[in-house]
Amino acid sequence: MAIFADESTRLIVQGITGRDGSFHARQMMEYGTRIVAGVTPGKGGQWFEGPDGKRVPIFDTMERAVGETGADASVIYVPPAFAADAILEAADAGIRLIVAITEGIPVLDMTRVYPFVTEKGARLIGPNCPGLISPGRCKIGIIPASIVTRGPVGVVSRSGTLTYEVVNQLTRAGIGQTTCVGIGGDPIIGTSFIDCLTAFEEDEETRAVVLIGEIGGTDEQEAAAFARQNLSKPVVGFIAGQTAPPGRRMGHAGAIISGSSGTAVEKIRAFEENGIRVARRPIDVVGLIQEAL
Amino acid sequence: MNIHEYQAREILRTHGIPVPPGEVAETPEQAEAIAARFGTRVVIKAQVHAGGRGKAGGVQLAATPAEAREKAARILGMEIKGLPVKKVLVTPAEEIASESYVGVIVDRASKRPVFMVSREGGVDIEEVAARSPGAIRRLAVDPRYGLLPHQAYWLATTLYDEAPQQRACAAILRNLYRAFVESGASLAEINPLITTPAGEVKAIDAKFNIDDNELFRRESIAALRDVSAEPPAEIAAREAGLTYIQLDGNIGAVVNGAGLAMATMDLIKYYGGEPANFLDIGGSSNPEKVVNALRIITSDPKVKVILFNIFGGITRCDDVANGIVEASRRIEIRVPLVIRLTGTNEGLALDILRQAGFGATTSMDEVVQKAVEMAGGAPRATN
Repeated sequence: MAIFADESTRLIVQGITGRDGSFHARQMMEYGTRIVAGVTPGKGGQWFEGPDGKRVPIFDTMERAVGETGADASVIYVPPAFAADAILEAADAGIRLIVAITEGIPVLDMTRVYPFVTEKGARLIGPNCPGLISPGRCKIGIIPASIVTRGPVGVVSRSGTLTYEVVNQLTRAGIGQTTCVGIGGDPIIGTSFIDCLTAFEEDEETRAVVLIGEIGGTDEQEAAAFARQNLSKPVVGFIAGQTAPPGRRMGHAGAIISGSSGTAVEKIRAFEENGIRVARRPIDVVGLIQEAL
Repeated sequence: MNIHEYQAREILRTHGIPVPPGEVAETPEQAEAIAARFGTRVVIKAQVHAGGRGKAGGVQLAATPAEAREKAARILGMEIKGLPVKKVLVTPAEEIASESYVGVIVDRASKRPVFMVSREGGVDIEEVAARSPGAIRRLAVDPRYGLLPHQAYWLATTLYDEAPQQRACAAILRNLYRAFVESGASLAEINPLITTPAGEVKAIDAKFNIDDNELFRRESIAALRDVSAEPPAEIAAREAGLTYIQLDGNIGAVVNGAGLAMATMDLIKYYGGEPANFLDIGGSSNPEKVVNALRIITSDPKVKVILFNIFGGITRCDDVANGIVEASRRIEIRVPLVIRLTGTNEGLALDILRQAGFGATTSMDEVVQKAVEMAGGAPRATN
């Protein structure tokens, strides 16, 4: 098992002809993800040339792409100015899983996108996220395939490369993953830590979870309280930004200490109070997970 | 992006919110002339991107133009939280009958714009929230409909007891919401919103934080950026497409990805060192970005060693390696570099660096410990 997506997922790439979209579409196809269509307005009727002579039909609209291919998931690589509408278009077309990689979507756009997507019953992952990978099954997004291996650990994170760092160390230590999900570094994101913890709890193959948080907001605190109440599986945590100054946006739009809230200290405390063991360094995640398994 | 109080007041004014007059002075003489024109007692207020101005002495009353000059001279020479004051706002002193707080923020938990209002204005709303949370009323707005008339009226009735003031306040709240959305703000607040003895409702001080992601579609808001209020290195970084925040330590760091950059800073501290900066070169693979990153970090005289921590995903390690080699040819780097590269094209990158005479490792812990040692910090024993 894996969470959110697997071998049967039928994926559309929104923005498949762009620089990032085309590069990552190829990478995903090489990994074995079933990409059934691409969407780029104005390029409908053309074909995307994938690896090994595979071709993917391109459509102008999501409505057509879904109608012709029966896709149930999409991944978005369109520029920030058009990305909010791309998410809405996917939800409107009946897509169940929408993964928005795009960084830089205005947060007020997201306040309108979120209720719409939720009312359509779709799951949005991101925006400003690396997507997800279920080793050996399916990759949606940009997480490098070379660093993952199949195994019993679920990984959920607000970060990209920091996730790669931790996952790579797990893999090197011989500890594989069920699914690695990057939920995104923006203040408003579709899928929360709690959604992922819920899914990992239900996933039979997952035996332990790594939760990588960072400064800003209270998602980690809520996830910690939720884990104590609802999770039978052990959770190991890491929080980035212990040395971040208050009031400054640390790269991610959501990584900001506002006033006195959202600090690493309060998140680490919330983890510890709720039975989540906290790694002081990224490498320490490995030891803690080994003990947990 | 932060904007100044005088700019925020202008946004309020153009959205129909009553704001007393005010003018900006950059010299004591200008402040004196403005005070003379107003012909009343004035308030001189430091225009600086930092909270706690009042406590720092950055807000002062002046009874005469001469006093305005003297007070302005004092404030213009000040630093507030490390930021030099280069402008003051001069505004007529208002008679105040009551002070309230009204603000709207993008609330992460409810994923909506949320209004907060309180009868306890003129003080930091965080303090009010900590001291007496019951004194703050909150209302979440459905952004698809905006702040509805009855919602604005309800909020206004929690602040004022008299009908004319309730009506005036409701109009101000609806206009504030419009200003918030139209300027692409993540926070817009009026603190205090005052009543005068004659019963007028007016905005005295305003604060807006603009969502950086909005700037591409809001030219007039983007033009409000005051580059003189920001450290030059941060401006250079923004122009080069890098995210850079200057800190107080002596270990410069070049990292790809915000989370990894924060974790690198934390690890520097863990091993007893002090980071000189946060710097994220982002996900792209442009060697030029590395050159710019090194140019910016080497301009910080405190930096004793520069640490690279690159986890190649979309970023290709060989591109970063080429950037390092290129930078060492084009700019003078007087401090040692310690380099960690792993991931996409790692082997190629290590070869490029070796041929150019640089060493490199693939372990994050190793490279950070080495940097701390070279910067003179006491390396802590590992377990």
